[in-house]
Amino acid sequence: MNRIEIEHLTKYYGNKLVLDDISLNVKEHEVVTLIGASGSGKSTLLRCVNNLVDFNEGDIRIDGRSLFDQSFGPAALYKKVGIVFQAYNLFPTMTVLDNITLAPRKVHGKTKKDSENKAKELLRLLDLEDFADSYPEQLSGGQQQRVAIVRAMATEPELLLLDEITAALDPELIGGVLSVIKELKTKGMTMLIVTHEMGFARDVSDRVCFLDGGKIIEEAPPQKLFTTPENTRTQNFLQRIIESGRL
Amino acid sequence: MKKQSPSPAKRRGSSSRFKETIVPHLISISAVLIVFFILRAIIVQAEQWPRIKAQFFNLQVIIEVFPKVLHGFGINMAVWVISLVVIAVWALLLAIFRSLNGPWFAPLRVFAIVYIDLLRGLPSLLLVLLFGFGMPALNIPGLPKSNIFWGALAMISSYSAYAAEVYRSGMDSVHDGQRAAAKALGLNQGQTLRYAILPQAVRNVIPSLLNLAVALQKDVALLSVLGVRDAVREAQIYTARTFNYSTLIAAAILFLIATIPMARFTDWVTERDRKRRLQRTQ
Ligand SMILES: Nc1ncnc2c1ncn2[C@@H]1O[C@H](COP(=O)(O)OP(=O)(O)OP(=O)(O)O)[C@@H](O)[C@H]1O
Ligand SMILES: [Mg+2]
Repeated sequence: MNRIEIEHLTKYYGNKLVLDDISLNVKEHEVVTLIGASGSGKSTLLRCVNNLVDFNEGDIRIDGRSLFDQSFGPAALYKKVGIVFQAYNLFPTMTVLDNITLAPRKVHGKTKKDSENKAKELLRLLDLEDFADSYPEQLSGGQQQRVAIVRAMATEPELLLLDEITAALDPELIGGVLSVIKELKTKGMTMLIVTHEMGFARDVSDRVCFLDGGKIIEEAPPQKLFTTPENTRTQNFLQRIIESGRL
Repeated sequence: MKKQSPSPAKRRGSSSRFKETIVPHLISISAVLIVFFILRAIIVQAEQWPRIKAQFFNLQVIIEVFPKVLHGFGINMAVWVISLVVIAVWALLLAIFRSLNGPWFAPLRVFAIVYIDLLRGLPSLLLVLLFGFGMPALNIPGLPKSNIFWGALAMISSYSAYAAEVYRSGMDSVHDGQRAAAKALGLNQGQTLRYAILPQAVRNVIPSLLNLAVALQKDVALLSVLGVRDAVREAQIYTARTFNYSTLIAAAILFLIATIPMARFTDWVTERDRKRRLQRTQ
């Protein structure tokens, strides 16, 4: 069953073609990873999926419902789809606990008590229970990113979008964040991931898509794409990655 | 200063610490005092000094009118405090109106833009005269006639336009990622403003708002042109009678007693804010 269906998606920023006729499906429990050079359109694609940016042509359907469907409002969409950003984007004037319980309480009508219990349970799972009353700026980058993951999970989304969630982290903090995502995969979470961590992409993905110039150039299971890529552009990209020691 | 880690000076013992920390202060204080006394000697010896002293620094006159000027100053400060509260709220509303997206909010947006352009473009004095003399002259039943009310309203209208722009710059300075995060959590426009944007915006602009508050603290004296018996007006009444300006000095001293600590406080908040930002970017 397809949970995310992207059809002939085209997007311009001004005159610049950023996404060029992209079609991609993500099935139930599937983890699909987008890789590609900086500026190839990965973040833009992800942001189209949860309606953070508009697109010019094509359609995106979540569980069969188009984003253009008037009855498919923000509350329903963002109940289904969660996102974690590279820059964490926690609200700095709120405690960790308030960051996490904001959407459950204000958008989904949960009581303060229920949402806080649930938040504390999630924080405990990620070894963050001591930080419930801290402010984001008192936490390390890795801790902030794990809080951001908890915040995205607090509304119990069925689909998770991850945009280079480890790119701003020191190397020693990356592992802790990625292991959380691997854990989510074993629990069956459907995910669309953008990452520069090729080792992680290889371990966690069911399918990897290589983007270049706003197009999906190659799409294959990780074992295949990382070892015997067919397209020369994919080969060149992976070659550069290997040379820089990131695979 | 307080949190210095053990410096070489400390290890060398207390006599060198004395040299390095206390001596510079002693030198500064002495230098200031020396210059002060030299200037004073020059001024006091000047031929005109007795006349200046009698005109501006007549202690007897100052003592005589001080209660009235102080009472007037109380009015100044009351108008100031009330205006501050109203401005803080009204300007925030204007900034929010201006920031709203969507065709239905166009009237509010246009209203805010026109309001801000008009009132920022006019001298406060003109507004005070217009409101303070013009409105009561209309004799509309039900509208207050008090010139303090209309004068304060003029100051509030004018300063709100500035404060609204300050708030707006604060809202603009909130990173786009915060809006994206709020939207992706399902918050609507109002919730995004209330929980994500405004708390950060307000925190960012508190120093600028305090600077406006300091400016307003002096500008409330404009109400004296309406005949409001504030500190300046009381001083002027005496001056007109006796041609002695010491009472204006009395009013000046009262304003300084209020504005200098306020300005220092603003500096302190600004500095604390700057440090907080530095820490965050590290
Ligand atoms: N808000 C915007 N306005 C104009 N152009 C934009 C905007 N956002 C992105 N772009 C352009 O769209 C293209 C794709 O950007 P995108 O952020 O999707 O790339 P990316 O693959 O995520 O890159 P990176 O790996 O560096 O994050 C880039 O050329 C970028 O300059
Ligand atoms: Mg990106």
